[in-house]
Amino acid sequence: MNRRIMALSVLLISVTFLSVAQTPRYNIGKPAIAEEIRKRETSVAPDGTGLPVGSGNVEEGRHIYKVLCASCHGDKGQGVGEYPALAGGQHTLKSKDPILTVGSYWPYATTVWDYTRRAMPYQRPGTLTRNETYAVTAFILFMNGIVDQKMELNEKNLPKVKMPNREGFVSDPRPDVPVGTKN
Amino acid sequence: MRSELTRRTFLTTAAAFGAAGAASTQFPQDLGAPRSGYGERSPYEKSVRYFRDSPTPGTGASRTPLQDLYGIITPSALHFERHHAGVPQIDPRQHELLIHGLVERPLVFSMKDLQRFPSVSQIYFIECAGNSGGEQAGQPGADPQRSHGLLSCSEWSGVPLKILLAEAGLKEKATWLVAEGADASRLARSFPLSKALEDVLVAYGQNGEALRPEQGYPLRLVVPGWEGNVNIKWLGRIQVVDQPYMTRDEAASYTDLMPDGKARWFTFEMEAKSVITRPAGGQVLDGPGFYEITGLAWSGRGTITRVEVSTDEGKTWAEAQLNSLVLPKAVARFSFPWRWDGGETSLQSRCIDNTGYIQPTRADLIAVRGVRAGPDGFNHYNGIKAWYVHRDGKVSHE
Repeated sequence: MNRRIMALSVLLISVTFLSVAQTPRYNIGKPAIAEEIRKRETSVAPDGTGLPVGSGNVEEGRHIYKVLCASCHGDKGQGVGEYPALAGGQHTLKSKDPILTVGSYWPYATTVWDYTRRAMPYQRPGTLTRNETYAVTAFILFMNGIVDQKMELNEKNLPKVKMPNREGFVSDPRPDVPVGTKN
Repeated sequence: MRSELTRRTFLTTAAAFGAAGAASTQFPQDLGAPRSGYGERSPYEKSVRYFRDSPTPGTGASRTPLQDLYGIITPSALHFERHHAGVPQIDPRQHELLIHGLVERPLVFSMKDLQRFPSVSQIYFIECAGNSGGEQAGQPGADPQRSHGLLSCSEWSGVPLKILLAEAGLKEKATWLVAEGADASRLARSFPLSKALEDVLVAYGQNGEALRPEQGYPLRLVVPGWEGNVNIKWLGRIQVVDQPYMTRDEAASYTDLMPDGKARWFTFEMEAKSVITRPAGGQVLDGPGFYEITGLAWSGRGTITRVEVSTDEGKTWAEAQLNSLVLPKAVARFSFPWRWDGGETSLQSRCIDNTGYIQPTRADLIAVRGVRAGPDGFNHYNGIKAWYVHRDGKVSHE
């Protein structure tokens, strides 16, 4: 979490709460009904907030992946042409040629679920069911050696999956470049 | 290259007119074209966005021809593009914005609803985080379009997001927002509530008319000064939350891998940057003599206060004139008078913003940030760009 931004948020919020009236000023727009919100509320937080009830295992995911994902991402998640690799590259982040994949780079397993559900497969995004999404996520994590072959993912255990690069991110330190040392 | 062609076309045209004029009068004697419902530019103007063919045409970017632009506004038809799942065709009568989450009253707004709110029009640049990333990689762009063309600047019209949030009523725990597009991939980003309460716009207008489809028609976020990706297009949903949601484009892409193997995330602000757009790579000088050097400078942290130009390979720097409106988080145009003596040299610009920040050299920048590509190349690069003038008048990037 970006501490500077958080601190700023808290400061500004405490100031603005005074000015943001708690009663609507214009009375424009219609109340959103719970059913509509439920249908459209698709975002998933790293703590699992927003994950729908469901489950899928590695073997189910292997089958879906073969049919829908492998043509672009490779049968072992190695990537094909311009399409990114999903697996491999762990321990390469400090090397000269880092390989950045779900397994080597992505800090949260929930991100894999959320992105797969909303944006994949590329030609028909948003068509995987909840259970299929859990299954594909399980298989991608399995290809990276993060879960074992018997793993069944669900809304409760997915947020608990510890990604290898979970501690690999830092907040924005800029401005960070001293000027005038090199032409 | 394009500018050279454009100029040549212009000269040829002028010559043709001159010849015709000599034969009859200097005025055309045939009636001109009739009126038209929606104006087109002159057929002699050929400047276009640049993009490479790809197996996934819906995903990728096209670049603004900065070398052909005047002033600070990018024509809407030349605004750079970056799509992740193609350009959706959205009927504004069907489009709604849902605001929900940590609010007192979840609300749905139609486009007609949104246009009833008090509106503002502001000039802001939008720059892709990856703009000029090739420069960091050591693969400098051959002309301003290829080096810095993921930058555009428009007048945006719409409702301040804070007005809509107040209408919904923020709950005390609210600290972040998730914004989601109505494109096929429902691109989503988190950003701090503090920014929303500062200057974020929910925009429906661009340069005096409705947004272009490529720019998010009928509704988009404009997040002034922050990386392009968070300026969600085809905006359909805003969820008020209490933490960043770690979407792919903030927890994997658009992050910056550092030499120690750690990566920076939530590096929202685009730091001060400038580029000379004429004379620049791909153009040819017509022999020694006077030329105006012109270009663009901008800062995501505020307002450009000074631009300096060097015409002697960075040995000396002199102040350029800011000869446009100079607005916060908008591009400013600078100019600098220059007399070319016919010798080899390089032309460079550097800018300073109102925080005192000075645009660094590439060497200074990579001394800190290195040259390890992130998941989508290099982001947030803002080093000084040099164009090299050769004795034959050609200007190039190396």
